[in-house]
Amino acid sequence: MALTRTEVEEIATLARLYLAPDELDRIQLELGVILAHFEELAAVDTTGIPAMTHAVPMDLRLRHDIAEPSLSQDEALAAAPRKADGLIIVPSSIAPPGRTGSEP
Amino acid sequence: MTVANLEQWSVADIARRIAAGEITAAQIVDDTLARISSLDGKLGAYLAIDPAGARAAAAEVDRKRAVGAALGPLAGVPIALKDVLVTRGLATTAGSRILEGWIPPYDAHVVERLRAAGAVIVGKVNCDEFAMGSSTENSAYHTTKNPWNLERVPGGSSGGSSAAVAAGLCAASLGTDTGGSIRQPAAFCGVVGLKPTYGRVSRWGVVAFASSLDQVGPLTRSVADAALVLEAIAGYDPRDSTSLDAPVPPYTAALTGEIAGLRVGLPSEFFEAMDDDVRAALARTAQALVDRGAELVDLSLPHTRLAMPAYYLVAPAEASSNLARYDGVRYGQRAEATDLIDMYARTRGAGFGPEVKRRIMLGTYALRTGYYDAYYKKAQQVRTLIKRDFDRAFRFCDVILTPTTPTAAFAFGAKASPVEMYQADVFTLSCNLAGLPGISVPCGLTGDDLPIGAQLLGKPLDEATVLRVAGVIEAAVGLGERRPPALSSARAGRTTKPGHAAPGSEP
Repeated sequence: MALTRTEVEEIATLARLYLAPDELDRIQLELGVILAHFEELAAVDTTGIPAMTHAVPMDLRLRHDIAEPSLSQDEALAAAPRKADGLIIVPSSIAPPGRTGSEP
Repeated sequence: MTVANLEQWSVADIARRIAAGEITAAQIVDDTLARISSLDGKLGAYLAIDPAGARAAAAEVDRKRAVGAALGPLAGVPIALKDVLVTRGLATTAGSRILEGWIPPYDAHVVERLRAAGAVIVGKVNCDEFAMGSSTENSAYHTTKNPWNLERVPGGSSGGSSAAVAAGLCAASLGTDTGGSIRQPAAFCGVVGLKPTYGRVSRWGVVAFASSLDQVGPLTRSVADAALVLEAIAGYDPRDSTSLDAPVPPYTAALTGEIAGLRVGLPSEFFEAMDDDVRAALARTAQALVDRGAELVDLSLPHTRLAMPAYYLVAPAEASSNLARYDGVRYGQRAEATDLIDMYARTRGAGFGPEVKRRIMLGTYALRTGYYDAYYKKAQQVRTLIKRDFDRAFRFCDVILTPTTPTAAFAFGAKASPVEMYQADVFTLSCNLAGLPGISVPCGLTGDDLPIGAQLLGKPLDEATVLRVAGVIEAAVGLGERRPPALSSARAGRTTKPGHAAPGSEP
């Protein structure tokens, strides 16, 4: 099952993953081969078969909405690549004028 | 003074000798660090060693013993952790450049449990990047060699764990298993590797790969050690919403050696294609079980052929979602960029290796709008079919025996394409898809002196039976005291020749 170059570029954009042209070439090829192996699944009749969730039947557990001890602000920020005044600093989330897409 | 025999002493041996005052925890740690220092240059099992932390933990064990305080079941036992388990104050990379230099602010649940049991965390061991791989060749840092043959891979993704345990560079290790990542490297390195029932061990603090499949478990040199470590790490943890609130039985007590009347299932689908040496070893293993009173039951798990496609959909889909958190904002590496979206993409492009990128792309494709039902949901339905196969099989047998891998350890670079590499996991995937407990136990050597693993799969939460049968296999056809020959020429004198103090033991 072959993917087009455009499809591969779209998936990379969705994944927020910069891929160099040679990586796009290789992944386009490899994904095609891997997806071909998935064709077997499409042929299986799964009418009325529930999707598996857990090996042992259990209810989804939610905890009470009560604050519990957690990391301090300093600990939570300790590994941030850039920070100032107790905040994490990131580049602008709005593209500078003249740029519209997310492609680097 | 007794000198530690780190190649042979079991977890239980070490804990007992320390408790009895035959040797101190401090000396065990020093000998372990010396052995790592002399041998790990050849093997490349460790990513980070923590001499200060290990010595402090050992000193605490010795202090407790001196004042007569109670010692935990793993007191003074040197343990190495796969680098996907987060450790407070000790670098955790998951084998990836994107986490290079990250010092976690907390311990994983299993690390808390080990520390509470008195274990000494020696360091972090290598793995495929984010546990994605079957040979540890996907580590962003270095390759790890198989101590039985330095030209061969140690398996993966917990290859640092299996190599370190086999070479006596720790007494036990914790790995993670998403599609065979504990059992396959255990088989390749001639050690025991146990993947517990999904939910048996908390995943809190485990760097997530595929959340519906991931499970933490021990790699050890004996079945009894696996039981002992599992006892320490298993149990309910409210911080993991999939953690099972079920009692933890005394697994070590299950190792009675008694299997008379036990029904051992042999699924035909798992005996179709494998190397002759593996087939012969499995035949000897099955016969050994019969000799001790077990009954063999031929059975079929008809959806087995769908395990590989189902796994390679579910795992990448969940990975693509889990790995979205690595964006350069809160921790890890960050690439310079002019806007936020650009920063995400450049950080991830620079920080992830080829296999991780491949799986993120595959998973993103499978989860995109309009494709969910056709791919992810379909694969989850197929999991139910695979699970039902096992449910049916376990009406006719108590445990299932298969090879762990179709071949012994392969050479570096031998699996040229991703699909070829994925096919190396063919026998281990369905255990994760069905959420069952599984173990790999050594059951002989190939003609080239490479270890072969037998896999046992059990009913959910029946780790006890899996361990009991594994113990019988170990006693009947296991490797005994045989240890990796590749290291014999490089053995540290101090660890093998009592009475000889090794100079320069500081790592």
